[in-house]
Amino acid sequence: MNAWIAYWNILKKDIRNYYLKPPNISWGIIFPLSWTLMQFIRTPQAGAAEAKQLLPGLMSMSVLFGTTSMLAVTITFERRGRSFDRLLLAPISITAMVLAKISGAVLFGVVMAFLPALLAAFITDLSGISWGMGIISVLLMSITSTLLGLAIAVSSKEVFEAQTYSNFFRFPMLFLSGLFIPIDNLPVFLQPISYCLPLTYGVDILNKAITNTGIMNVWFDCLVLIGISILLFCFCLWNIKKKWIL
Amino acid sequence: MLKIIPSKQNLPAKDRKTKNRERFIMSIISVTGLKKAYGEIIAVDGISIDIEKGQIFGLLGPNGAGKTTTINMLTGLARPTAGKIFVDGIDGIKNIKKVQRIIGIVPDESNLYDEMDGFDNLCFCASLYGIKKAEREKRANKLLEIFGLKNTGKRPFRAYSKGMRRKLTIAAGIIHHPEILFLDEPTTGIDVESARQIRSLILDMKRQGTTVFLTTHYIEEAERLCDTVAFIVDGKIIKKGTIDELMENEGNEHILKLTLEGSVNGIISDLQLNFPNFRIKPGGNNSCFISSVERPSLLPILQYLDKKGISVYEAREIRPSLEDVFVKVTGIEAAELKREKEGVRK
Repeated sequence: MNAWIAYWNILKKDIRNYYLKPPNISWGIIFPLSWTLMQFIRTPQAGAAEAKQLLPGLMSMSVLFGTTSMLAVTITFERRGRSFDRLLLAPISITAMVLAKISGAVLFGVVMAFLPALLAAFITDLSGISWGMGIISVLLMSITSTLLGLAIAVSSKEVFEAQTYSNFFRFPMLFLSGLFIPIDNLPVFLQPISYCLPLTYGVDILNKAITNTGIMNVWFDCLVLIGISILLFCFCLWNIKKKWIL
Repeated sequence: MLKIIPSKQNLPAKDRKTKNRERFIMSIISVTGLKKAYGEIIAVDGISIDIEKGQIFGLLGPNGAGKTTTINMLTGLARPTAGKIFVDGIDGIKNIKKVQRIIGIVPDESNLYDEMDGFDNLCFCASLYGIKKAEREKRANKLLEIFGLKNTGKRPFRAYSKGMRRKLTIAAGIIHHPEILFLDEPTTGIDVESARQIRSLILDMKRQGTTVFLTTHYIEEAERLCDTVAFIVDGKIIKKGTIDELMENEGNEHILKLTLEGSVNGIISDLQLNFPNFRIKPGGNNSCFISSVERPSLLPILQYLDKKGISVYEAREIRPSLEDVFVKVTGIEAAELKREKEGVRK
């Protein structure tokens, strides 16, 4: 059987049914826009000069918020409506099915990440940015955040439960991953926690790509993100088989 | 026909192998000692079923008897605690994905996508089986036509009526042309006309060679559709066989229904005194039932009533129905079964 047909159609269905819905598109635009404005209002004197400095944080945040909640909510929603059973009953491997489900969220995350960059292009000079490195960083962050969302979805029974769990992970990451406050400026006892969070490594690559201020080796950052993704993927597969095939 | 398989322990190893092979060749679904426990609760308790290719098999039982759990184990939505499943010779526990290629599943509640229209839902379901675009669109159109949904094909699934939802869910279950179709309560909670259409479609599928595994609480539906049935109560199969076998073995009483011109009050006890070999019960609307293991002779009864000046309006033999057999075997009233299920739906 051609598993690609099933993979492609699950991905297409998710994009059409969930990711291209007006509330999600507006969320993807309004969220980074409001954060950008907030930063400008906070330090108006810095203006355009600071826009570039803010970009890694805004892009990372868009990825994080776009991916974790979307997949967790859509999967929990499908589970509750029992349409997810249709995927479990289809003759495609659970690995292929999970890959199809996460692909949509990863794509959504990548698109959301580049919206702040698009906005920034109107107010500041974005030359000198290593776009290749930026894309790799956004892609890896998007994969890890999506898998984190999936891990949450597998552990939740209801949509509101999934939302609560995802906030529990997202908000600490917002402050501890070096998005807006450099890790070195954090209290010493919080710094080890920062290095346990996947977003820290994604932000580090983005910092290097956009402002050339990363603190770790880019390859190391990539390896950590790939490692976390593999671990999360295996955990999700194991948990789906254990929890959803009763 | 359901086969009685001799205990494997009594056969030499070589014969056992041959017996197993024969059994798998004969039966498209073969289940042995299937058990499912959720902690201390045993949902299915060591059931064994053999279903021949091209048959309609009905699993009948009250709520919580283990019907859906059995289907879930056969289709890969639940992992058995013990037992063996073979579907068309494929190990249904080790190779469930292979099994899923040849089966279609229609769950008790429609599980299509509310936000997608009927046509897209069917095309999506076909894509899960690797069917290419042109072919799946052709099949979706054909099924919409067969199920009388052609005009509503572009309407979102959420806007469908209950009967339409059921029909589209069945269409989605057969779009990949499965060899075996699992139908969980296919006509529950839908209008009479849609239920009739669905029953006729099930018979059509049988004529085309599809094996159908059906669960229902409508006993008359099982009687009308199924070749073989099994009664399941508290996770155990308490009776199985063809409809005729069950009627012959369990419905071994002959029953006469007498309808009198006047009231039966006072006559019942009189008849019972004079015909002690028969069991006589009132039947409502001036009627009574006369039953016995041997066929009751009508003449002496009619003569007796005539002597008493009582006119008989109608006398006829009542053939026991599957419902009678079910009530006798399980002790569960069929009406109670129906009420119970529909109560849950509401």
